[in-house]
Amino acid sequence: MAFLARNKAAKRSGPSSHVSFLKYADYRWLKIASGLSALSILIYALIDVEPRHSGNSWYGYTLGTIGAILILWLALLGWRKRSIKPGQWTLKSWVSAHVWLGLSLIIVATLHCAFQFGWNVHTLAYVLMMIVILSGIYGICAYTILPKQLSANRGDMTQVEMLDNLRSIDRQLHDATQPLSTELANIIGASLNADPFAGSILARLKNQYPSCPTQHAFETVGAASRSKATGNVDDIVRAAQLLSRKVTALANIRRHLQLKAQLEIWLYFHVPVTFALIAALTAHVVSVFFYW
Amino acid sequence: MAHILLEKTDHLSDTIFRYQKGKHVMATPSQLVLRSDFDFDAGKREKILQTWNDQAASQNVQVRYRSEVTAITGAPGAFTIKLADGDTISAETVILAIGTQGNPNLMRCPGGDLPHVEYQLDDPTAILDEHITVIGAGDAGIENALGLAADPEQRNVVTIVNRSADFSRAKDANVKALTSAAEEGRITILTETSTNRIEPDHIVLDTRDGELRIPCNRIIARMGSAPPRGFVESCGIEFSSKDREAFPILSPVFESTAPGIFVIGALAGYPLIKHCMNQGYDVVEFINGNTNLKPADEPILEAKFSSLPGNRSVDEWLDLLRTEIDILRDLTPLQMREFTLDSDVSFVRKGDVIFDRGAPGSSLFNVAYGGVHVQVNPSDPSIVVPIGTGAMFGEVGLISGRKRGATVVAAEDSILMEIPRNAALKLIATVPAVKRAVTRVSIERQLLQLFKAGLSPSDIAGVVESAETMSVRAGESIIAEGDESYDIYVIRVGSMVVERTIAGKTVFISYLPAGSYVGEMALIEGGRRTASVRAAVKSEVIKLNGDAFRGLLDRNPTLLERLKVDMATRKDVNAHIETMKSTFSDVADMYSSVASFLVENGIGEATDVLLIDERLCVGCDNCEKACADSHDGLSRLDREAGKTYAHLHVPTSCRHCEHPHCMADCPPNAIHRGMDGEVFIDDTCIGCGNCQRGCPYGVIRMDKVPPKKPPLLNWLLFGSGPGPGEPNAKWAKKHGNPEAPKKAIKCDMCAGLEGGPSCVRACPTGAAIRISPEQFLSVSHMQKGN
Repeated sequence: MAFLARNKAAKRSGPSSHVSFLKYADYRWLKIASGLSALSILIYALIDVEPRHSGNSWYGYTLGTIGAILILWLALLGWRKRSIKPGQWTLKSWVSAHVWLGLSLIIVATLHCAFQFGWNVHTLAYVLMMIVILSGIYGICAYTILPKQLSANRGDMTQVEMLDNLRSIDRQLHDATQPLSTELANIIGASLNADPFAGSILARLKNQYPSCPTQHAFETVGAASRSKATGNVDDIVRAAQLLSRKVTALANIRRHLQLKAQLEIWLYFHVPVTFALIAALTAHVVSVFFYW
Repeated sequence: MAHILLEKTDHLSDTIFRYQKGKHVMATPSQLVLRSDFDFDAGKREKILQTWNDQAASQNVQVRYRSEVTAITGAPGAFTIKLADGDTISAETVILAIGTQGNPNLMRCPGGDLPHVEYQLDDPTAILDEHITVIGAGDAGIENALGLAADPEQRNVVTIVNRSADFSRAKDANVKALTSAAEEGRITILTETSTNRIEPDHIVLDTRDGELRIPCNRIIARMGSAPPRGFVESCGIEFSSKDREAFPILSPVFESTAPGIFVIGALAGYPLIKHCMNQGYDVVEFINGNTNLKPADEPILEAKFSSLPGNRSVDEWLDLLRTEIDILRDLTPLQMREFTLDSDVSFVRKGDVIFDRGAPGSSLFNVAYGGVHVQVNPSDPSIVVPIGTGAMFGEVGLISGRKRGATVVAAEDSILMEIPRNAALKLIATVPAVKRAVTRVSIERQLLQLFKAGLSPSDIAGVVESAETMSVRAGESIIAEGDESYDIYVIRVGSMVVERTIAGKTVFISYLPAGSYVGEMALIEGGRRTASVRAAVKSEVIKLNGDAFRGLLDRNPTLLERLKVDMATRKDVNAHIETMKSTFSDVADMYSSVASFLVENGIGEATDVLLIDERLCVGCDNCEKACADSHDGLSRLDREAGKTYAHLHVPTSCRHCEHPHCMADCPPNAIHRGMDGEVFIDDTCIGCGNCQRGCPYGVIRMDKVPPKKPPLLNWLLFGSGPGPGEPNAKWAKKHGNPEAPKKAIKCDMCAGLEGGPSCVRACPTGAAIRISPEQFLSVSHMQKGN
């Protein structure tokens, strides 16, 4: 009785809501994080700790514990993102909580140390945490601003299609080079042989490739096609047209890679520094209890 | 027994012979026992061919190769079979097992019979240094041409000739690959060109600009193939209908309408190898006089009926179902068997819910005994329409592909037969009486359900009589703004969009899914049509005569009231859009153009589709990784591919169409609609690729399941395995089973997984959303500003 069994099947959750991670559940985690921060500030201001506020007052320990648990939990996002187990959770809600609670750490940790800084492992942990948070703030900004540009730049093309397009132009360019003079052929050959993405990570982030052989070939062959002195004009014009297409295609994919790099670069700080932070945090906690 | 096997080619088992090398051949349905004296088990093409060739030799099968039959004449006991080489053979009985592969359309121009004209290309890489002309630019032709020109080292000069100006018959991806190959100078395309004549080393073509003679060492003609119907009919065998896909009419022992000629295999409507082998065995037994032989599917049917009360035999049950159920009455016993094999027969107790309102489902139910109640009013389950023995229900879901419109409960202890969508559609297509009955009942029920208001079948008899079903092509209008007509249309299949022209621009007003009606404003208020209605996808509408409907309204004031309420809502929407238009013109423009974009991209026939808001998508591909990790390591979604408009991206991913194109031609019938409305492929998939070719959205891939990965923690800590997401091809090849068969893979909406589709759950920013078109294309959605 297939259809009877079917009726008993579990009902599924409704359609997904169409809001960003920042606005998730009507800013639930922003509210919780602001509540936590406000409460921490309020208690800090109201209670009288002798001789003064510090990490080893009862309130300092409380905030320290909250902060340490938060840091460890926030780091678990890296596991959650990769472990797609069935269940009533969404990564969006995790990211939302990660972002807002992570920002509240600025308040919680600063009040925990009660503005006492020095050249020691305790302040090291604080500084590392701030680096992680600042890189995270960059991440939020990048995630808010860049996707639109990424989408507009790529249109209906995929990254693979962009590369295929480039290769296809290269093949045609290779054929078009055959009837040309050795001098022009060498200049175009340099463009064909060069790796169009060569250069430092900085070049990719800034999208500046100053000595690009394709640009050079485009300018030289373009000039040759306009001067009437040379022999087989049709062949040169064809090569110039192909080079013009290649320059456009190259600009397109380089812009794509620039945006992708800008979207990803911060993770190369955010994640390793998190591990350093956890190490420093462990040292901080161990040393505090060791000298207690 | 004295016999001869006539084989057109010079080898046995041509269909499997022509599979590509090393292809894994499946042996479904697995529950069917193999009766044949030949062995058959799933395995490689070569192994199967070897086994059969060996066994054909050891069992002394008399084969006459290269014997194409051109005509069969005569009567039982004295048939004369005429062969293409002029010989004749006499026989007492004939078994046709020629399949439906058909004959390729041949070159008819002078020189078409020269030896270098070929109709198939087995290995494009084996051809070197040749001038090749490919005739016909369908998928087969384009793929051959691309294969021949793929490697410049082969130094082939390839020309492809197409009779028309565009490549409308080929898949988009193929056309793109072909045009880019032409741009790169690897292939020459000649459009609006036909062949004039063929010479030994040249071909002469008629192009638009005159005659063209080009060197040519080989001609590959891929101009489609014709089913062998002409030949079969010339033998005196009748087909069940004029339909192109119809099969010959057969008796329970596979005897055709020409006595003495038996038909088995794909030509009889059974495309699976195991069926064919069993039928071959059965038919020979019948001819030998063993009339007591039960068909091989007997145990399967026995199991089907075992849960029913009454201890009847299979034949008795089949007889009971056939005589009791109205639409099955015209079936032959053979057809009856086949439909029962595909169907479910079950016994239900009084009060059992058969299906709920809003549940997905597209099967057709029939009451073989007892009766059911249809709860037509969701707020009051006591208002029911009874359906008695012999009648059907569930046909609205079958035809529209939409969710069930009402809850159905067993009124007493009953026996019900559930015919799944494909079998039901086949039934409708093959038996004209069934088609008429289903059409009439479905129109009547659809009207009753749509207009509710306590109507009875007798009230609407006149309207039903005037009703006319019309099919509408995608983009075609049924109502044009400014017209003076006042008929009412009910959308039966597909969906429509309502548009108005405001200030010279076409503005999208609303989206109408199957099961809604349109056109009441002009009827109730008079005047000209205020908006245009056109089909979003290929649709079917029921046209109700305006005058007949007006009569119905005059007699039923409650119905009139109801329509007026509906109409008021629609007018509000219209007014809202017009105000939006004058005040926030951009927002309305945006809504209108986004809606048009989605409809153009096939969202109109979708039931549940993945969209990506590119204002939020950071390109992390976590959706694809999650998809792969939820499904044996293969992603069913390509995020980046697909069209984008106004930052709304339609990725390459299944939309779970109302009428899935992939379901249309699945030999083992492995594609179904599941409990959550998902279209999924079950384990009986034989990897034939029909669904992949049938899907207009390219969302089905053929691939082998990669090996299991080490646990996530091992990767995180020790870097073992390929990490989250689909493993790369290299790793999969190294650790996988090279013999594993390729199967069709597609989205199943993560059916059965708690929490729902992984792609949406795994999106960190909220860019991935799943929607159904009627939700998304609504004005309320626009008002929210999303």
